[in-house]
Amino acid sequence: MSAASDRRPTLAVWKFASCDGCQLSLLDCEEELLAVAGAVHIAQFTEMSRAAVEGPYDLSLVEGSITTYEDAARIQEVRRASHRLVTIGACATAGGIQGLRNFASAGEYIATVYARPDYISTLATSTPIAAHVPVDFELHGCPIDRHQLLEVILAQLAGRSPRIPSHSVCQECKARDTVCLLVSRRAPCLGPVTRAGCGALCPAVDRGCFGCFGPAETANTASLAGRLLEDGARRVDVSRLFRTFNAGAPAFREESLANEPRPTR
Amino acid sequence: MGASSPWKAQHIAGAPNDTAPARTDAADATVLDVEGLVTLLEVLARRGYRVLGPRVRDGAIVHGELSSVADLPRGWHDAQSPGSYRIEHTDDEAFFAWAVGPSSPKREVFPARSVAWRGRVSEGEVAFEDGDAASEQRPTALVGARPCEAAALGVLDRVLGDRGAGDPHFLKRREGAFLVVVECATPSGTCFCDSMGTGPAAGNGFDLALTELAGDGGGHRFLARAGSEIGAEVLSCLPGRPADEADRAARTALLERARTSMGRVLDTAGLPALLARNVEHPRFDEVAERCLACGNCTLVCPTCFCSTVEDASDVAGVLERRRSWSSCFDLAHSYLHGGPVRASTMSRYRQWMTHKLSTWWDQFETSGCVGCGRCITWCPVGIDITEEAAAIRRSDGARRGRRGGR
Repeated sequence: MSAASDRRPTLAVWKFASCDGCQLSLLDCEEELLAVAGAVHIAQFTEMSRAAVEGPYDLSLVEGSITTYEDAARIQEVRRASHRLVTIGACATAGGIQGLRNFASAGEYIATVYARPDYISTLATSTPIAAHVPVDFELHGCPIDRHQLLEVILAQLAGRSPRIPSHSVCQECKARDTVCLLVSRRAPCLGPVTRAGCGALCPAVDRGCFGCFGPAETANTASLAGRLLEDGARRVDVSRLFRTFNAGAPAFREESLANEPRPTR
Repeated sequence: MGASSPWKAQHIAGAPNDTAPARTDAADATVLDVEGLVTLLEVLARRGYRVLGPRVRDGAIVHGELSSVADLPRGWHDAQSPGSYRIEHTDDEAFFAWAVGPSSPKREVFPARSVAWRGRVSEGEVAFEDGDAASEQRPTALVGARPCEAAALGVLDRVLGDRGAGDPHFLKRREGAFLVVVECATPSGTCFCDSMGTGPAAGNGFDLALTELAGDGGGHRFLARAGSEIGAEVLSCLPGRPADEADRAARTALLERARTSMGRVLDTAGLPALLARNVEHPRFDEVAERCLACGNCTLVCPTCFCSTVEDASDVAGVLERRRSWSSCFDLAHSYLHGGPVRASTMSRYRQWMTHKLSTWWDQFETSGCVGCGRCITWCPVGIDITEEAAAIRRSDGARRGRRGGR
């Protein structure tokens, strides 16, 4: 099929500050990948092919956060070239693990880590894509779930709302009949305030939820933190629990700061 | 049935004897020993049932397949309080000396996830088929359900069953099922079936009811009563003797001990009307401060019946309508054009609580709560529906301010 006669919508995948795990979820789709490749023209996806077609694109998937001056400019170009823009993963939706720099001084980190700090040119913060350009849909997770990714792609192409739940992980535990670790064993678990989507993987293997999918809708983090403290967690532990891959998501960030041993800034 | 209705077992009891008056006496009971329990499981398996019952898994007593009485949680006890559940093992010989686990029989008649129908597209035509796996499955025998759970199944009959929506998948699972209820000897710290009139004695809604007796000098034994024709048929296959006065007295004493050791009390006098006139009570704002809106209470509740459906299609042209449990604590649950009707956690908790205890009566002529206490135990922050109701009763008529929103 020549490019001119190809009426399939175009899909582009973009990477900013990230580990590539989320965009690789697209390749992980395996069987369904062939169907996706049939339904869309993958115009730009460096993890799959060096071939790149110029925009505009019907749908852009954006992975990663904005941490450099160059990326802050590049995301504007991506937005201009994209009819619809969907961000994928904790980096793109909340700033990612590299968002930990937002709680400290990036300059101090650089001075400590690098032999030649003057070689490093970076922003003081790691911020989500939506802090820079309008985003049509945010798909959460560290990493994202590939079935959810397929649903989002198909929904965007069909012009309908994706069916992605924003309720708690608890509901996935209950659906698979996992015994609640928080209630039965006082295990620290972020499930009640974390967005579903992973299928409640960790509690099913005896570990409380790490909060990989970020805050659920109307997450009452203060109430859950109160319970964890009652169970004997130290404030610093609670602060750290909320300060991982989604540390930059407002509900988690606030709870993390509220439980910092130091006075909050 | 109005607010002044007596909250007695016969009003919430379940099939198969829903119309029959509740029989809580044991006048014509049969006494089985442990060997009789062994035979019961064998008879049920021989009759083609998939036998489910309580087992210890992951630090809790949950329902699982039973291959013999060795699978039962013998010697295990549970300790429950708001937001807390523990089990511990003793050398006690009893099989059923615990209250209720996290999972109710709801899961067996109304699975967390199911396929409503499946369609296959071929040459432009769609052929539909029943997507329910239960149509090929053996019927279930559930051993060790509690009287409150039998009552909860009776509530579901009014909602999903032949006295309600007539859901064919629910009916299929429900009609074929065999229920062995074991009366409660050891209620937990969150139990209040006595307040709701659903226990600790089994009224009806069972095929067989057992009372486990031990430590009274009469040996480890079970008083067994049939609650249905098929129950009587199964009972007649079991080795036993007629109950005597000592057996019946031991049961009466056991039930009285259970009745007076409930961890919670819910004053049901005029409760539906009390809540109906207190929807603007400030207590709802206070509880919303603690409520996680995680939905655990609704999913562990043996009567909560909300579900959502979604349609899916795959590359091969197979269409599926999938049904899964849903919760009124989800923002999406009340989504209408323009946004959710119940945006605040306050309004979602209020909806759930007032539905359970008040508007359920208007809708289904029964209480939506059977007093099993699961919503209290399995709430991660220990919100207690009995305490919330009591707080509203204490300050009947108080009005909330402007905070909170809809």
